[in-house]
Amino acid sequence: MAVNSIERMGLLSVFFVCLFFNSAFAVDRGNFKTCDQSAFCKRQRALKPGQSPYRALLETLELSDSRLTLQLINDNNKVHLLLELYRLQGNMTRVKINELKPLKPRFEVPDVLIAEPPTEPLSVLSKDDNGIVLSLGAESQRLIVSARPFRLDIMEGPEVLLSLNSRGLLAFEHLRLRKDTQAQPDGAEVKESVDGDQQQDEGQKDDDGESNKEEDGLWEETFKSHTDTKPNGPTSISLDFSLPGVEHVYGIPEHGDDLKLKTTDGGDPYRLYNLDVFQYELYNPMALYGSIPVMLAHNTQRTMGIFWLNAAETWVDISSNTAGKTVFGKMLDFVQGSSEKPQTDVRWISESGIIDVFIMLGPKPSDVFSQYASLTGTQSFPPLASLGYHQCRWNYNDQEDVKSVDQGFDQHDIPYDFIWLDIEHADGKRYFTWDPHKFSEPKEMLQGLMDKRRKMVAIVDPHIKVDSGYKIHNEITSKDFYVKNKDGRNYEGWCWPGNSGYPDFTNPEMRAWWASMFTYDQYEGSMENLFTWNDMNEPSVFNGPEVTMHKDALHGNWEHRDIHNIYGLYVQMATAEGQIQRSGGVERPFVLTRAFFAGSQRFGAVWTGDNAAEWDHLKISIPMCLSLGLVGVSFCGADVGGFFKNPSTELLVRWYQTGAYQPFFRAHAHLDTPRREPWLFGPENTALIREAIRQRYALLPYWYQLFFQAYRTGTPVMRPLWVDYPKDTATFTIDDEFLIGSDLLVHPVTEEGSRGVTAYLPGAGEVWYDVHTFQKHNGAQNLYIPVTLSSIPVFQRGGSIIPRKDRVRRSSACMENDPYTLYVALSPKKFAEGKLYIDDGHTFNYDRKKEFIHRSLTFANNALTSSNLCPECNFLTSSWIEKVLILGASKPSKVLLKMDGKETPVDFEFDSFMSVLTLRKPGMNAGDDWTLLLQ
Amino acid sequence: MTCLHLLVTLGFAVSLGTTVEVQRPRGVPLTKKHFYEENKPFTCLDGSRTIPFDRVNDDYCDCKDGSDEPGTAACPNGSFHCTNAGYRPMFIPSSRINDGICDCCDTTDEYNSGAICENTCKELGRKEREVLQKMAEITKEGFLLKQQLIEEAKKGREEKQGKVTDMQENKKQLEEKVEALRTVKETAEQPEKEAKERHLKAWEEQKAAIRLEKDKAKMAEAFSELDDNADGFVSVSELQSHVELDPDADGTLTETEVQGLMGGAAQVDTSTFESVWTNIKDKYHSESQPEEPAPVETPPDEVKEPVVDNDSEPYPEDDISEEDDEEEDDEDDYHEDDDKAPPTVKTPEKSQEDEEAMPPYDPDTQALIEAAQKARDDFEDSEKALREMDDQIRNIEKELSFDFGPDAEFTYMYSQCYELTTSEYVYRLCPFNRVSQKPKYGGSETNLGTWGSWSGPENNKYLVMKYEHGTGCWQGPNRSTTVKLTCGKETVVTSTSEPSRCEYLMEFTTPAVCQEPNNTERSPHGHEEL
Repeated sequence: MAVNSIERMGLLSVFFVCLFFNSAFAVDRGNFKTCDQSAFCKRQRALKPGQSPYRALLETLELSDSRLTLQLINDNNKVHLLLELYRLQGNMTRVKINELKPLKPRFEVPDVLIAEPPTEPLSVLSKDDNGIVLSLGAESQRLIVSARPFRLDIMEGPEVLLSLNSRGLLAFEHLRLRKDTQAQPDGAEVKESVDGDQQQDEGQKDDDGESNKEEDGLWEETFKSHTDTKPNGPTSISLDFSLPGVEHVYGIPEHGDDLKLKTTDGGDPYRLYNLDVFQYELYNPMALYGSIPVMLAHNTQRTMGIFWLNAAETWVDISSNTAGKTVFGKMLDFVQGSSEKPQTDVRWISESGIIDVFIMLGPKPSDVFSQYASLTGTQSFPPLASLGYHQCRWNYNDQEDVKSVDQGFDQHDIPYDFIWLDIEHADGKRYFTWDPHKFSEPKEMLQGLMDKRRKMVAIVDPHIKVDSGYKIHNEITSKDFYVKNKDGRNYEGWCWPGNSGYPDFTNPEMRAWWASMFTYDQYEGSMENLFTWNDMNEPSVFNGPEVTMHKDALHGNWEHRDIHNIYGLYVQMATAEGQIQRSGGVERPFVLTRAFFAGSQRFGAVWTGDNAAEWDHLKISIPMCLSLGLVGVSFCGADVGGFFKNPSTELLVRWYQTGAYQPFFRAHAHLDTPRREPWLFGPENTALIREAIRQRYALLPYWYQLFFQAYRTGTPVMRPLWVDYPKDTATFTIDDEFLIGSDLLVHPVTEEGSRGVTAYLPGAGEVWYDVHTFQKHNGAQNLYIPVTLSSIPVFQRGGSIIPRKDRVRRSSACMENDPYTLYVALSPKKFAEGKLYIDDGHTFNYDRKKEFIHRSLTFANNALTSSNLCPECNFLTSSWIEKVLILGASKPSKVLLKMDGKETPVDFEFDSFMSVLTLRKPGMNAGDDWTLLLQ
Repeated sequence: MTCLHLLVTLGFAVSLGTTVEVQRPRGVPLTKKHFYEENKPFTCLDGSRTIPFDRVNDDYCDCKDGSDEPGTAACPNGSFHCTNAGYRPMFIPSSRINDGICDCCDTTDEYNSGAICENTCKELGRKEREVLQKMAEITKEGFLLKQQLIEEAKKGREEKQGKVTDMQENKKQLEEKVEALRTVKETAEQPEKEAKERHLKAWEEQKAAIRLEKDKAKMAEAFSELDDNADGFVSVSELQSHVELDPDADGTLTETEVQGLMGGAAQVDTSTFESVWTNIKDKYHSESQPEEPAPVETPPDEVKEPVVDNDSEPYPEDDISEEDDEEEDDEDDYHEDDDKAPPTVKTPEKSQEDEEAMPPYDPDTQALIEAAQKARDDFEDSEKALREMDDQIRNIEKELSFDFGPDAEFTYMYSQCYELTTSEYVYRLCPFNRVSQKPKYGGSETNLGTWGSWSGPENNKYLVMKYEHGTGCWQGPNRSTTVKLTCGKETVVTSTSEPSRCEYLMEFTTPAVCQEPNNTERSPHGHEEL
């Protein structure tokens, strides 16, 4: 297609094709920096653990009710820093370190915290020349500030939970004036390049002067053909954290790597720098499209979190004193009672900004989730339809194509909710427009979908074609909303449309204007069933350094360097706001983003970017989404089928089966791949895919309720087993299976030609039911499950109640009034509980008017009861309970429905072989109070 | 729940109210009515169980096969029958009952969803009849055209077969003629060859005689030159003055050496000088003539044949993209220049050669040559004619070997091309040959596939053509095109699309696929229109 694509895309695609050609089969690592190639990372990493040159000046201590400040001094260069300590509500501690008197302000990341976090009083327990002991509110928690060298320890009772600067890696490159070589009296500059560095030999460096400085990249650095002018000089920061007793750390997405973070000794640190990585490789710490600088630490006793609020390029080193030990070695330690406690050490390095760390002290996993949620907010509550199946491709060619794909779903009786349009739908990649030939009547197309109660997503990327005939470009230009280059002119780079400008989304006025572009009169051809996809928002700049924006580009007063990792968040924020505004604040938005940052969960869904049709990419979709879920982003998915290359039929089927049980369920494919709509692989495979999608739709009530839960509490929807079984060490590294909520355990088949999988069923004394056969299995065992191509191993936890809508229809909207079937899976103690959440599925009325139904379902003492969790709420549903399945039941003599003081008998059937009791058509409204009595 | 019971009953009431409907549970087709006998227990159609009749259409799925709920969405695998009076009846999946979307034109699928559906059956029926009528007309005319095409094809085929037979016959004659002419040629060439050889030999002899004469004259001249004292003898000393004759080329011609040259004699007269002359004539320099310049080595005049360039052998037509064409043109230009360029080394004209030029053939020989040349020309002409005939036969045989359909109705498309211009490209379908795409506003042509095979469904493979192995796609397959044929009066490409990257789809109408009208005239729902 090269010839045609050149015709179609013009010059750009020549570049594009070349770009692709360089690295036809895998990421071209040479396009992206290693730590060694990133000057500040290299400088910082050269600093080894040792005695910190920082000293706390205890005499400067000031303590207001909730804020403690203290000056630190670097004994090597006498630069003063200001330490601020806060005790935050909900068992968190905030540590801020900035220069006491910076030459100019250093960047502090706005818009991530939902509010200034509420504080709690701090009190000094004791103070002497060596330090201060502060009480951290309740419990027996104390914060110890040691003066010389400076370090912080958070203790609970006799245990150290976490220490800061215990390895002496606090380093703060202060702002300074650039002096020419002659005027520079000594080599202090070099030495100060890492202010805390004790290793460098001052005298030796004296003579090297300028050349050495160039090497260190203090005032300028070059990568490939790109030069980063650094008018502010070196500004990087670093701090180490020690976690005694911790062997498992998680989080800091996005990386194509396992759930449990690995030690980085001998390799590169995990990198956080939003990048458009072409055909990314797996199992390495390279940066990807998004960055969430949050790490979770977990052991059987406690879960904690570290939130490093910094939007600049960041590297995270992890080391562990047990990492090198074999299992045998660990056993030996155990037997011999090794004195050495396992410990994980973490070091964060960022290029600019300040140190602003939130230490979330748990102690339970759910506590950490709510602590983080209290800082950055929770997952936005998505419209119900967006939890259905999404059909995407680069590209559906024209309106006819859209229509025929839509019809294909009906012909093959496969439900779907959204069909997607990629960049080709717009007129020459001018977003907010439509190709005049291929999509000449967008409203007609959207109306056609609306008639089927379906929806559409069209892409809107943040690069704007520089074209004086393009309204969006002209308005941004006239309002002076573009990002500027270092010389103050509009920054321009190459992206899909060719030469493009990049709106400055960090500017709230720009975002307000952008949001206004989504109104129906501005966005011509749009309708209320059209939603948005923000791609390329790292931002991707084809001809920029590392395929992104130059760090010395300017966003108002701040350099791109300072804000890089949050740019993508702002794009999605402004787009979601636009969607809310177009409906007058009534309708929930749906916006998918590729780039993200801490807080992005508030604005919609994310996906794992441009993956490939390979089995490893199917496997990695699980840890990638699990990692995101742990740090707040529940609405995560991977391109089903794989974006690049062609999946085998088996891989495609397995991917549907996996994707059906992941939060964001969208098939997507590259322009150059053959079509792969679900019915193109023969009737057997169509049936397998249909079945997987139907399972998804049947479980929509459960997904929806979990998202409501996530929205309320920050608890991840898709989560690792250890979140619910925090004391079971066998779960700590599992990332080939996962939980949806607490009640469904999924072990998708992700191996080619698999004949069986071994699933770990957690929970000693618990039971799990196979959701397809209702067979009961004991917890705390590795269960071998033979599989065929139709198998999706899924288990429901004994003790849970899951509402389903087993009448699968064309789309989620069509299922609105359908009845529920309750799947009651009894625990060994014949107990079960669950929740049911119902609202209109698409407006904010659940929030603003409390228009929803939230019910608790409890099975105890042979009675299943529905009780109202929100008596003040008000919503009417026509859905009713058509069936109740009780798994692990014994046969009753009769079943009565107790409602409004009346008792009516209910028909039932009992399968004694599987111990399944089926109550036939009890018929009560899903919003009512009722009890079913088994007698 | 009671509310739902009511609705189902209401549903019955409605169906009872419309007198055209035969009373039966909602969603049951007439053909299955007898399975649903009111007030008798109902047995699931798969026989799996029997349930009270009030559980039929009670919005709860009891039968695994969904047969107890033909009129509700309760069963995941049920199907609902709409009568669609005025249009065609149909089954829809029961999941489409009351889903808020109007599926049945008689609105019967949305009896409890709040969806406002209009009965569009009459309108649809009318439209369908119109379409069918139009189709029927097209089919009728198309089928007539098809008959003509078949006739023509048959005629054409017969003609061609006849032509091939004739040509085969002619070919035989031609082969005989070629053989005969070959004999004539060979016969004429024999005397020609002999005469030419004779002529050549005579000339060689003549040349030798002349050379001998010249040598003698030179010798005499040398003798008189050497005979300084004109005594009629050439002495040792007289010869010694010619240093150039020095046999060991050491610069001095000694007496002994001279004696050697003179065969030991002290002097020689004109008759004995002959043997001495043989020894010295190659080196001897005439005293009277200035020294001849060293003879210039003249390389033989290379005859510059146009270089046969294997590299520029024409590509198979299919693979030529314009770029290649241009490149080739460039090369051709280069060769042309080469041909036009004057020979780099020119043979200096030499009088000696003129002298040595062969005299023209005598009239007899010339006559023989001309006769032989004519025989050769005649032979070559006939051979060429034979080759051409072979080609023609092959072409016709190739054409005859194509599968042009059961009645050869697709024959007429052979060697034709049909174009469709879209906003961006001109598509060109040359049936049984290739499909191509050329950008409208300049740019190279892309091969979208060459003729592969008929690949329609089993019952009629002639509804789809497949063209394969077109220009390769970057990181993808070779381009290919599927051509779907539908009945039409005209032979036209009606649409093209690229549903998948590099896989093209063309819609193509032709009378050749029009079916006999009797097969389509029967309305598929005639008997349902009550």
